Amino acid sequence: MSTVTKPRSSVSGSIASVATLVAIACLGALLIAANAVDPLMEAHAWVFFFLTAFALVAIGIWAGGLQGRNPFDETYYEDTIVKFGVAAAMFWGIAGFLVGLIIALQLTWPGLFYFPDLGWTNFGRLRPLHTSAVIFAFGGNVLIATSFYVVQRTSRTRIAGGLWPWFVFWGYNLFIVIAGTGYLMGVTQSREYAEPEWYADLWLTIVWVAYLLVFLGTLWKRKEPHIYVANWFYLSFIVTIAMLHIVNNLAVPVNLSGSKSYSLFAGVQDALTQWWYGHNAVGFFLTTGFLAIMYYFIPKRAQRPVYSYRLSIVHFWSLIFIYIWAGPHHLHYTALPQWAQTLGMTFSIMLWMPSWGGMINGVMTLSGAWDKLRTDPVVRMMVVSLAFYGMSTFEGPLMSVRAVNALSHYTEWGIAHVHSGSLGWVGFISFGALYCLTQWLWKRPALYSKNLVEWHFWLATIGIVFYIVALYFAGIIEGLMWRAYNEYGFLEYSFIETVEAKHINYMIRALGGGMYLMGAIVMAYNLVRTALGHGAAAGVVEPAPMTAAKLQPAE
Amino acid sequence: MYETLSKFAQTWGLAWFVAMFAVALAYALWPSNKEKFREAAYLPLEDKEPGDE
Amino acid sequence: MGLFQKHQALERHSLLLTVGILLVVAVGGIVEIAPLFYLENTIEKVKGMRPYTPLELTGRNIYIREGCYTCHSQMVRPLRDEVERYGHYSLAAESMYDHPFQWGSKRTGPDLARLGGKYSDEWHVDHLRDPRSVVPESVMPPYAFLSDNIVHFEDIGDHLKTLRFEGVPYSDEMIENAKADLVAQADPNADYDDQDALVARYEAAAGRKGTVIVGDYDGDPSRVTEMDALVAYLQMTGTLVDFSTYEADDLSNRR
Repeated sequence: MSTVTKPRSSVSGSIASVATLVAIACLGALLIAANAVDPLMEAHAWVFFFLTAFALVAIGIWAGGLQGRNPFDETYYEDTIVKFGVAAAMFWGIAGFLVGLIIALQLTWPGLFYFPDLGWTNFGRLRPLHTSAVIFAFGGNVLIATSFYVVQRTSRTRIAGGLWPWFVFWGYNLFIVIAGTGYLMGVTQSREYAEPEWYADLWLTIVWVAYLLVFLGTLWKRKEPHIYVANWFYLSFIVTIAMLHIVNNLAVPVNLSGSKSYSLFAGVQDALTQWWYGHNAVGFFLTTGFLAIMYYFIPKRAQRPVYSYRLSIVHFWSLIFIYIWAGPHHLHYTALPQWAQTLGMTFSIMLWMPSWGGMINGVMTLSGAWDKLRTDPVVRMMVVSLAFYGMSTFEGPLMSVRAVNALSHYTEWGIAHVHSGSLGWVGFISFGALYCLTQWLWKRPALYSKNLVEWHFWLATIGIVFYIVALYFAGIIEGLMWRAYNEYGFLEYSFIETVEAKHINYMIRALGGGMYLMGAIVMAYNLVRTALGHGAAAGVVEPAPMTAAKLQPAE
Repeated sequence: MYETLSKFAQTWGLAWFVAMFAVALAYALWPSNKEKFREAAYLPLEDKEPGDE
Repeated sequence: MGLFQKHQALERHSLLLTVGILLVVAVGGIVEIAPLFYLENTIEKVKGMRPYTPLELTGRNIYIREGCYTCHSQMVRPLRDEVERYGHYSLAAESMYDHPFQWGSKRTGPDLARLGGKYSDEWHVDHLRDPRSVVPESVMPPYAFLSDNIVHFEDIGDHLKTLRFEGVPYSDEMIENAKADLVAQADPNADYDDQDALVARYEAAAGRKGTVIVGDYDGDPSRVTEMDALVAYLQMTGTLVDFSTYEADDLSNRR
């Protein structure tokens, strides 16, 4: 990995080292494909083999065509990879939202949307596909793209590692393909948000270590004395996800040429490990990663420095410290010892404070520029994302109280909660960043159509409201029905009556999800036209040198 | 074992948390860091090319 | 030289930050998770727990493969309505051999921790084939294809071996006879000696009679299908522990 730390010394070095690693992976895949003990592993090994072989050929052709040109010229930022990330995020986002809509329809009209002959389209296989596609494929590509953009700009240096950033991008997306096809074929560890089997996990570990080194390597050669706070958040996301991923996926494969493994831990220890992971995947993937986006893109788009840099530091340390403890609130009233449940609940309630500290810091960045909420729908989108963030980080501590959790757990309330956070917070801040990035990377004076951004904003906002209100009611209704007693002291409702009671809510939920998907399609159209330079996006602008910054070193 | 652990957590553990928070707070509020943080806050707003000072 | 020193200082900052982050986030996991492996009262002492038979384990893996956990929990909470609806609340001991656990997080369908023995095999097969033929309002997907899939169990012994490596008390005898045990449990017309041997092995591990059920689960005795395996698993969930000997109020069972 010396190429990562000393990028200048070796243009060809990073190409050779990436090619070597890919070649080893390619050969390993071939070996496993030839000896596979089950058809699932065989299919995956071949997918892996052909894609890595294709990558090797592509690297060879590209490197051969360089003819002495330095492809990693230090006087330019690496922006092409960010463009790829934007495109990948948009593609996976729409795919993930679509699968979400399909499974919502399956629960609403099971007679129409289940196919007895196509077992791989059943809810149980599509649900992990949906969650992984939106969290890891959409969210992950947004995080990789924005982190590469932000760390270069705030370090004032080209990304480190030569070809390694490209390895990170394509390697990560290869992981997504393996994970997604695996779910459809029935390859799963059944660990929520960590379903991929051991070999995909190993591959992701390699990719993630490369990601960490590329990110750190860029910080190491930065031209700014201070590491901007957004990079702190990105770094905590990368480091913590590495730790969570490795510990939660400890497993022993039955056969090194087979897809099946058994998790190292069992029962109660396994459950806490998983929810320590599951909760902190929300904390460090869906929160600190996207807070990094907030700390760069809101100031940049609004042309105001962050409201309080001091608050951002306190926010950072208290958030990451408290978040990591809150996992046991997923296991209230279970066979987990009560001391662990209490600990989880206590920290969950404390978590409210740093969460709102971050929200306030983001929103108040707009102070003095509130008119932008009206004039720039992209800014509005990002500020509304903070409103949703504030809402779900208030709701989370509330739901972590044991008495509330007794009612809310296992019900649709949980689904409503995660979607207010994911559609509202993660979705909107990502959309804001994607609008910004597309305009800036393709150096367009404006987006293709501001009206279409308005359409996207309102379709998505109303869609979220339909979605979460329908499921809040569904969750509370079924929670109350489960515990209702009749006058003779017997349970009033059979389980299936509580399923029936949610039918209308399911319809409204599917409608809301459909609107959200439509909004995303409108966005994709807008982004493509912006990149192509159509409409208001016609022309190319070079970035204006230092506008706001020059103006005010004063208070 | 359980009693010992919980006693430790409720005394030394708590003290450790408070100390860590105090360190973060002190770093954020330390007067000599003020200028550094203000410069850092303007980082995203400056459009510079790689290597620009 | 000056530049070099500056470079070093910068590297120290980012490494310090990385180490700081790692220290801060590691402590929570260590303090919360590690004690569960050492504190003795984390898992109750109960009578009746045994490892899964090869057929049940196969069924459990199908349960995992199909993502049943996305809609069904296996964790009865100690709340009045849940105990009345599903049965005795779940103990940590009941999932001590579960690699991975299947507690679940959502009840789009009912809890399955104590499903075993509540319905007939025929009901399960009908319900899995076409859920709405038995429960018209159900939103569950159909699993008719399980009846067409023959179980491939050549390497079932390796599965038991892997689990033993992780601490599940499978004996040498259980591993050696894994294939025969799998067939014997799914076929009532199998060699009676094989069946007796299977039952004896696993009941000895449980320390309790009546915990191993032999039957033709899917109504097709000619072959072992995934339907056989899944129903065998569903019919044993939550049936192992002898609750007549479990003292919930005993101090050692307080957590």
